[in-house]
Amino acid sequence: MSTRIAMNGESRLVDAGPNTPLLYVLRNDLGLNGPKFGCGLGQCGACAAIVGGTLVRTCSIPLRDVGTDDVTTLEGLGSVENPHALQKAFIAEQAAQCGYCTNGIIMAAKVLLDRNSNPDDEEIKDALANHLCRCGVHNRVVRAVRRAAVELAR
Amino acid sequence: MTDLALSRRRFAQGLGIVVATFARTARSAIGQAPSNLPFSLRNNRKLEGWIRLEPDNSVVIFTGKVELGQGAAGAETRAILLAAAARRFDLPETQLKAMAGSVVAPDGRRATYWQIASEKPEMFRREIAANFAPKRPADYRIVGQSINRTDLPAKLTGRASYTQDMRLPEMVFARVVRAPRDGAKLTALDDTAVRSLPGVIAVIRDGNFLAVAAEREEQAIVARSALASGARWSDDGISLPDMSNLAEELRELRSETSVVGTAGQTEPVPPGAKRISAEYTRSYVSHGSIEPSCAVALLKNGHMTVWSHTQGVFPLRGDLAKVLGIQNTEVDVIHTPGSGCYGHNGADDVALDAALVARAVQGRPVKLQWMRDDEFARAPLGPAMTTKVEAALSSEGRIVDWSYDVWSNSHAMRPGQAGGVNLLAAWDLKVPFAKSPPPRIPQPFGDGDRNAVPPYELPRKKIRNHLLLDTPIRNGSFRTLGAHGNVFAIESFMDELAEAAGLDPVAFRLAHLKDPRARAVIEAAAATAGWNAGAKGDGRRGRGFAYSRYKTIGLYAAVVVDVNIDRNSGIVRVPRVVIAADIGSVVNPDGARNQLEGGIVQAVSVTLKEQVTFDRHQITSRDWAGYPILTFPEVPSIEVVLMNRGEPSLGAGEGSLAPTSAALANAFAHATGRRLRLLPMTPERVKAALA
Repeated sequence: MSTRIAMNGESRLVDAGPNTPLLYVLRNDLGLNGPKFGCGLGQCGACAAIVGGTLVRTCSIPLRDVGTDDVTTLEGLGSVENPHALQKAFIAEQAAQCGYCTNGIIMAAKVLLDRNSNPDDEEIKDALANHLCRCGVHNRVVRAVRRAAVELAR
Repeated sequence: MTDLALSRRRFAQGLGIVVATFARTARSAIGQAPSNLPFSLRNNRKLEGWIRLEPDNSVVIFTGKVELGQGAAGAETRAILLAAAARRFDLPETQLKAMAGSVVAPDGRRATYWQIASEKPEMFRREIAANFAPKRPADYRIVGQSINRTDLPAKLTGRASYTQDMRLPEMVFARVVRAPRDGAKLTALDDTAVRSLPGVIAVIRDGNFLAVAAEREEQAIVARSALASGARWSDDGISLPDMSNLAEELRELRSETSVVGTAGQTEPVPPGAKRISAEYTRSYVSHGSIEPSCAVALLKNGHMTVWSHTQGVFPLRGDLAKVLGIQNTEVDVIHTPGSGCYGHNGADDVALDAALVARAVQGRPVKLQWMRDDEFARAPLGPAMTTKVEAALSSEGRIVDWSYDVWSNSHAMRPGQAGGVNLLAAWDLKVPFAKSPPPRIPQPFGDGDRNAVPPYELPRKKIRNHLLLDTPIRNGSFRTLGAHGNVFAIESFMDELAEAAGLDPVAFRLAHLKDPRARAVIEAAAATAGWNAGAKGDGRRGRGFAYSRYKTIGLYAAVVVDVNIDRNSGIVRVPRVVIAADIGSVVNPDGARNQLEGGIVQAVSVTLKEQVTFDRHQITSRDWAGYPILTFPEVPSIEVVLMNRGEPSLGAGEGSLAPTSAALANAFAHATGRRLRLLPMTPERVKAALA
């Protein structure tokens, strides 16, 4: 069964059942790597993407609920050649070790900066409170989000 | 066969090669007379087995290890090139410089390494002599600089980077259905409903091993649930310990006792000394990798290829071949990155799972990823540990006797070890393989007894390791092995002794230490944190100190932890941590800081929150709600002081964890006057301690 979704600025046709969790559509039908499988339970945040301006755990939302909303993934923010301010800031602060959880953290930070262009450290930590990182780069992440906010304000 | 594993981030003094990992080492080599060559070099002496100049003007370094981020230099290869260039230019070697891939003469003539090598390629076909000096620190141009990692831009923009990102033509997706506990048998299976589900290609059963393959990933996940519903398991296996009585239950298991440190036993303890004792326990700890383990396997034309985020491709290959009943040469294991593993998680197990499914769907690649509960409930865990320590204090406040016992399962149960196979599915097959027995790893590396020998000057001491032989819960390597439990115990007890002696904890430690590098990190941490001897906790706020030298021969670390305690909720917050670390020569300062910081965050998490929970039948913490870890709002600010001594590098990845746990426990005792000797320091335990 074919469904049309708006993904990273393009209209794409996917051949997946309406109950398919969005994560597997993004990863396996659309070939994206940003959203990661972490728990399948909506607990860790590794799979997060932005759907209609809202941060979504893609493991826990079926394709049918996406509708006509725009879906933005990590790939939609920027590339190695042309990175988004957040991606640049994460590189500058070396705000990753394994990098596995970073997808969801960057997407959550994007949603935060879209509504609050100048968050303080507490606001950043609160926005990321439901994103788990096991390597312990939290303080670098907070610095990177602050750095990106400054860059975006210029 | 070789035994696994003793040393991470071992520095090759003779060659200046930094290899990062658990080296595979012949057991006999461990007992040999000390040599300046690391085990891996002693066992693999061919120079070309380590470093080669390739025709495309690249250098290939064969570390035999998979851990990311290792730096490597090849002093011996460079020396050979310099000698050859001296002949070419007819100049003495001392006038030549090797830099950026070329040898340069003072008159401007230059030749690249590859030009020199092409004249006489056989110059490298020799055994490693290990008599060439590595570059002098004064000549370093890259070592000592903070250099950004080259892999991060791809990972941070969603380029394919991980095992999970592999997509091969005709690939199928698979999932496993596991028994609720180790040792349980599959007594009945009704898979008729599963076989008619959309997309299902194969249901694989071999004894108690059960898996399903489907065309699409979500189909495999649905099929897994259906298959689990149709499976009945026995309740075999030994009873799990009573969580509420963990220390005693561990001590009742069968064990093998060895004395791993002793001094002054023929001398009597001075009369009149004050004797003090205490017990400390830590719970079972999960690696908590964010990614449930994943592997891709393909059986094609009789050859098995497995892509895996294992920490040891060679040991895994050997055990895969053994279980699959084929030759080593018929299996390739290719390393692809996974999420952080912090030791031995499910990576190796899932590789065998994928290979077993690949055998059933020959010609098609299989991507098999564990679900969250597979990882939490069935991957190896950092074993629980319990310790008893007793010491005697002289009237001058000196430790005059020390007695220590640690009870723990082995923390070293990896693939590649002798006497069996350490892969989960191998124990479940119709024709099962036996688990390898625990290795006997001598000091200073140790296993459950890693860091059990205190770093202090003690005139009289006896340290016993009780290696537990029954394994009610699956055990494995988690960051620092036994060092975490031992340093927590020793450093907690040092504070208890200091208090009994009426001395400041920092001064008390310094009074028992001669090593100037140990003293230097302690003084640096105290100075940076603004340590105030004699300061009193106020019931809510306090500050704690701890010191350790990881693995006895690794990095030196001293840590100061501040705590803030909510006495009503029992919640302990850590606003600030200061660490002073001497990791020898610092190769990449920012990378070292990142590792030290990460260890501190993980330690605060383990100390305050983490315990695998279980009833008498099975593990019950199977998701992140059941196994919470530290979150962004709870992470402390961290200050790192790097001593940067011009000594061999000692590694930075593990040494911050254990002293942070101990300093946090000491901070709690300083704040409240009550001591928690059982980790984690959950709100319930805090409230009980303060009641």
